[in-house]
Amino acid sequence: MSVRDDLLLTRRIAQFLYREAEYADLHEYEEWEKLWEDDGIYWVPANGDGGDPDHEMSILYDNRSRIALRVKQLMTGRRLAQSPLSRLSRSVSNVRIVGREDDEIIVTANVLIFESHTRGEQTWGTRTEYRLRERDDDFRIVRKKVVLTNNHKALYTMAFLV
Amino acid sequence: MTPNTAQVTPAMAGPTGLSVRDRIRPDSVHGSLYTDPALFQLELERIWRRGWVYVGHESEVPRPNDFVMKSIGPEPLIMIRGKDGEIRLLHNRCPHRGNRVCMEEKGRSSVFMCPYHGWTFNTDGSLRAYPFPSGYEGVDKERFGLGQVARVESYRGFVFASLAEDGPTLAEHLGSARDSIDLLCSNSPTGEIEVTAGFLKHKVKSNWKFVAENETDGYHPSFVHGSIFQVADSGIGSLYNDKSDAVARYLGEGHSEIDLRPEFRKRGEPLSWFGTTAERLPDYVAQMEAANGVDEARRIMIDGTPHTMIFPNLFIAEIQLFVLQPTAVDETVQHVTALQFKGADDLNKRMRQQTMGSVGPAGFLLADDAEMYERTQLGAQALDPEWLFLGRGTGRERADEDGFLVGDATDETPSRGFWRHYADLMSDGAA
Ligand code: FES
Ligand SMILES: [Fe+2]
Repeated sequence: MSVRDDLLLTRRIAQFLYREAEYADLHEYEEWEKLWEDDGIYWVPANGDGGDPDHEMSILYDNRSRIALRVKQLMTGRRLAQSPLSRLSRSVSNVRIVGREDDEIIVTANVLIFESHTRGEQTWGTRTEYRLRERDDDFRIVRKKVVLTNNHKALYTMAFLV
Repeated sequence: MTPNTAQVTPAMAGPTGLSVRDRIRPDSVHGSLYTDPALFQLELERIWRRGWVYVGHESEVPRPNDFVMKSIGPEPLIMIRGKDGEIRLLHNRCPHRGNRVCMEEKGRSSVFMCPYHGWTFNTDGSLRAYPFPSGYEGVDKERFGLGQVARVESYRGFVFASLAEDGPTLAEHLGSARDSIDLLCSNSPTGEIEVTAGFLKHKVKSNWKFVAENETDGYHPSFVHGSIFQVADSGIGSLYNDKSDAVARYLGEGHSEIDLRPEFRKRGEPLSWFGTTAERLPDYVAQMEAANGVDEARRIMIDGTPHTMIFPNLFIAEIQLFVLQPTAVDETVQHVTALQFKGADDLNKRMRQQTMGSVGPAGFLLADDAEMYERTQLGAQALDPEWLFLGRGTGRERADEDGFLVGDATDETPSRGFWRHYADLMSDGAA
């Protein structure tokens, strides 16, 4: 890939990640859900970088139908942990393409989320890895793995989309 | 008694001008019971350091030298299996200057070395050696082991501990709650439970008693969990309403349960309690039938597992195990994992998947429970009204055939029992 193509791809991917971040920040659940592939996996490990999610507890390990259920629960407007909604603003940075596997582009980024909630204000630090597929000049998420910086400790409730 | 708790005696008035007994009425409790920092210190003394507390499970340390970090209240403890196979609980505090001797969550080691001055300790807590021993001439090494929890005892793999040398036995403390543990184990084809899936640690800004009481509060699910019941037909919702034949039972010693068996027996379908069917878990069903015979296996699989809160900190929630850890008057950590039945791979996988969906900081259920714990904690600080009303179902409370107090599924029988027991412990026999 030429330097120019590489720059262009990185920029397009960053724009996509910013858009995903904005949907999550603004609780635009339906738009957010549309970004997922049918075989999507949304994973937030507990206790470190993530062992085997099939055998160890994760904070969140959603296949596509569970992602849909999560969105549906939020859409009821009665999900008490998000009623009132968390006010959120997140920054996505350090966006890098780190590899490719078949038709998937592997991207890493650091995402810093500021949350204001009934309980108080909190900053959530994350190292996030995305696996994306190109779709009609855009991208779709095949896998999103969010490693919370403090996931080795006890965590407060986080029912927003991380 | 330590100096900071000596200032508080049950007869003495708290900030409210009320003694502990005065703050607990048959059908209501005073808000300050959840917010008074002096009372929290007294609880640590009277409940957490004196009584039996659940700490961990034998399967978490299967081999000699395996250890895992546990706690009693805010105090960290190393649960370790010694060379002799014995499970011990060691205080994570160096007898030299008090440094932590272990900073790992779990692992395997035949020796702990304190990083400050290099003292080393055996897995039974005894001091192995100190560097440059010439400076310690005439010092008795025996005196300087890691502190060891006075009483450690297991029931069917569940390890309980008491920091007090004397007091009621574990059997006395557990009483009828042992039946719940037996019922749980009977659902395992090998009769054994394993705790091997790792824990989620969910922190809430709330007093531990709000959490403990909620575990057998059958009144809240229809509302707090309405959002998930609306979008996923889990079959749980109908267990907790005014048509339900399930009962809320006070088991004594602070323990309570929601006995859902009457509802599951009406359904009469094996594994309905788990929201699934026998066809979907053929291996498990075959194992249960081989172990128990077809009829008995069917009976067990219709009844399902318990929903029991074992005072003060172990909640067996059908397919999950919660361990409550009070860390401050207004902060509690719930450690939660999926229960695993030894040898039942297909069922275990499903239990892990369902648990991950339901519990923890982002769980479909527990995130919303946690929200309520935190808002009730805020409410308990308000002064008008000062009292919380726990009178639901008082008029229809009755004794069952075994003499236990029971109420309807949505009644507050468990909370009232909890507080009677609490009053006894906290006032130490004083009226
Ligand atoms: S504090 Fe542990 S060796 Fe000094
Ligand atoms: Fe609940």
